[in-house]
Amino acid sequence: MTPQLALLATLDGIAYAALVFMVAVGLTMIFGVMRILNVAHGSFYAIGAYSAASIVLGLTAAGMNPWLVFPGLLLAAVGVGAVLGTLIERLLLTRIYTKEPVLQLLVTFAVFMILEDVQRLVWGVRPYFAAEPVYLLGNVQVVGIFYTAYQLILLPTVALLVLVGLRLFLRRTLSGRLIVAVTEDREMATALGINAGRVFLLTFVLGSTLAALGGALASPTTSLVPGIGADMIVLSFAVVAIAGLGQVEGAAIAALMIGLGRSFAVYVMPELEVVVPYLVMVIVLLIRPEGLFGVVERRRI
Amino acid sequence: MTQLSWLHRTVILALALGVAVMPTLYPWSQVLLTLALAKGLAVLGVVVLLQAGQVSFGHAMFVAIGAYSATFLGRALGGGDLVVVLLGGVLTSVAFGLVIGVFVVRYRYIFFGMLNLAFSMVLFSLLEKFFHITGGSDGLRVLRPTLFGQSLDRATFEGILFYLTLALALGLGWLVHRYLQSPLGQALSAVKSNETRLEYLGVSARHVLLVGYVVSAALCGLGGVIIGLVQGLVTPELGYWVRSGELVFIAILGGASNVTGAFAGALVFEVVRTYAAAFAANIWQMILGGVLLLIVLFAPGGLIALYGNSVKKLFARTRTEP
Amino acid sequence: MSPLLRVEDVHIRFGGVVAADGVYLDLEPGESLAIIGPNGAGKTTFLNICTGYLKPTAGRVLFEGNDITGQPPRAIVRLGIARAFQIPQLFLEHSVLDNMLIAAAARTRAWNPFRAMVALPERAEMIGLLRQLGVADTAEQRVDGLPEGVRKLVDVALALALKPRLLLLDEPTSGVSSSEKFQIMDALVQALKNQAVTSVFVEHDMEMVSRYAHRVAVWNGGRVQMVGTPADVLADADVRRDVVGI
Ligand SMILES: Nc1ncnc2c1ncn2[C@@H]1O[C@H](COP(=O)(O)OP(=O)(O)O)[C@@H](O)[C@H]1O
Ligand SMILES: [Mg+2]
Repeated sequence: MTPQLALLATLDGIAYAALVFMVAVGLTMIFGVMRILNVAHGSFYAIGAYSAASIVLGLTAAGMNPWLVFPGLLLAAVGVGAVLGTLIERLLLTRIYTKEPVLQLLVTFAVFMILEDVQRLVWGVRPYFAAEPVYLLGNVQVVGIFYTAYQLILLPTVALLVLVGLRLFLRRTLSGRLIVAVTEDREMATALGINAGRVFLLTFVLGSTLAALGGALASPTTSLVPGIGADMIVLSFAVVAIAGLGQVEGAAIAALMIGLGRSFAVYVMPELEVVVPYLVMVIVLLIRPEGLFGVVERRRI
Repeated sequence: MTQLSWLHRTVILALALGVAVMPTLYPWSQVLLTLALAKGLAVLGVVVLLQAGQVSFGHAMFVAIGAYSATFLGRALGGGDLVVVLLGGVLTSVAFGLVIGVFVVRYRYIFFGMLNLAFSMVLFSLLEKFFHITGGSDGLRVLRPTLFGQSLDRATFEGILFYLTLALALGLGWLVHRYLQSPLGQALSAVKSNETRLEYLGVSARHVLLVGYVVSAALCGLGGVIIGLVQGLVTPELGYWVRSGELVFIAILGGASNVTGAFAGALVFEVVRTYAAAFAANIWQMILGGVLLLIVLFAPGGLIALYGNSVKKLFARTRTEP
Repeated sequence: MSPLLRVEDVHIRFGGVVAADGVYLDLEPGESLAIIGPNGAGKTTFLNICTGYLKPTAGRVLFEGNDITGQPPRAIVRLGIARAFQIPQLFLEHSVLDNMLIAAAARTRAWNPFRAMVALPERAEMIGLLRQLGVADTAEQRVDGLPEGVRKLVDVALALALKPRLLLLDEPTSGVSSSEKFQIMDALVQALKNQAVTSVFVEHDMEMVSRYAHRVAVWNGGRVQMVGTPADVLADADVRRDVVGI
């Protein structure tokens, strides 16, 4: 592998890791608070991506100011997260918080199946491609390689902002601290009078919006086909498992491991591209079953 | 109680008899019923794991493993014998079940479900990517095996396969039922309700689960071999996550805690799918998801519980009537 | 005689809480030792360490001279140590008798997958154990419908079903009405004596302690504050102030 290819693989890996991180961090936050791993999380990614592509294509077709596509991407993410997130949390999840884990799993899996078809009904099976935002930002040159500014600068920057923003939000704001309190000790938190229902809704909408944001930002870089949601839920689960459930900063590192592992595989052993993330996950879990940064929780007996 | 269990046995035998004579009355139903029973065998595997409160979102991988390994074996042997092909497929599934199982039984609930899903997606993509071996997404044609050295024409082969599958369904259903009633099977549901106590009885929850996992892999593998033989074609689609979801769906539809439910669910599912999928191809998963939601939220016992309740009501009524 | 169980200098902490801070203890074969001490003193933690549920950060646990530190509970249980829990650990979706039969199968390794659990030959023995603890009438009931006091006794019965050589009981009769308490303990202690089972029980009721224990160990802040006969320990001024609360 030439140094140039290695650099290219690294840049690819970072851009990809940025996207995966946004989705995975939403998943892990929701799990931390609600103890539910939302299998339908990947659908938020997919629907966020499709909505963003529709908005971008619509704006371009209408001949509006091209720079409007960026607020468009954001709008898609927030819209999907807020509307769909609220609906699912209020209508379904509130009914299952006290049920057996296996039933909770089945419910989110059912939602996942439903949303997969919703995408197909709304957007069809024809690939969508809306790369306008990438063209707008143009290319930059890094040591002799041209690379899109969108992937080189925008994606990592947004991911970093999400990471830093989440840290600040969780530590400095009242809502954030409530989320942390419920994550750490739900019984204690509710005993102290924290309205767990509101915290749940807030977390779910926030987490879902992050997934949709990941999708919206991914849409200009890839062609959207049915099944991207399924791939993404497993991938972001791998990130969450590698990092340890509920770990925000850990998710960033795990996303980088997976992103880089995958992009190097693309150049070295393309057949194994899809397998690499799971390979990383299996190896990490074999050595540390609770994930790199997870803590073993012992039930009191 | 015994009165009821006699009733259940009679109902099961009557249903089996009904299924057995269907193809003589309606020849078109033979392939459909074979597929349904084969799928029922795979669902039975999922039901075994559900006893332990574990749901796998990737068990169709063992269906694919069974189907592909039997196909490879058959092609290598220039068709092979039905018995050899069946055994080969099942044993390969068992081997994979053992290796994957040793890893996944360390985890529970979401980890268990998702790790299985991850393994199945790896398998799916390998089947698609290595097309020079697997035929890629077009899949491989399955050669028709002989039976004890006798080559068979298509109709005879399908007939034999149907009755063989029915016999396997009855026999294995009964064996699995015995297994679930045995201490080893009861230990599975003990894993669900209190793993700590199980460990403190000196029992390894992982071993208990591993046995269940390998049994489930074998059942799914067997179902897979039969599905491959009936279809005459194996494709990666067999191991796609949607197929795994269907297995879980059928298990819940039938009644998660019940052997008969697996086959009842599979029959209902296969019939509905054959007729409804044509009208509702675009919203098929949506329908599955919606029905799954309804069952989980409002009728967690599935078909078997509905049947059980109506039998109980019937009994109560006949008793109170003078 | 060499001790049956020897605990040497074990340490463990949870965040800022030191739950075991250099614990030493020897158990003689056949004796019955009571552990007393205020809530949070580390009594349950001690049992957790002895049975491998928690791994101490330092120190050793020896059973019949063999180091069992950090082995998983199932391995330690197979050596002959059984435990009943402060919070009963039962199979909630099974009947009481089924709980017992699973324990019987575990003891005799009756893992033949084609033999029904209800047909196990230990059935009568298990019902006998339930009778001894006064809960035989609940045998056919599902555990999740039972009151806490009954669950505690079933939990003890499960430990007994293993025929252990060392039995660890964590507050065995808390939640059991005081009228039944002594009757049940009498039967239990007699059974343990007949089978020469060594026992440790965590207890808050000093009357129970002085009636059933050969020795008493006083726990405080993750340490063994004092060990002695019930009479000596209960007469100690510090113990009376810190633990008994007089
Ligand atoms: N798994 C655990 N995680 C965190 N803290 C624990 C855990 N187990 C025990 N502790 C703490 O250790 C101390 C001793 O607990 P424990 O052994 O249960 O006390 P006791 O049984 O004497 O009442 C307590 O402060 C308790 O909060
Ligand atoms: Mg305690």
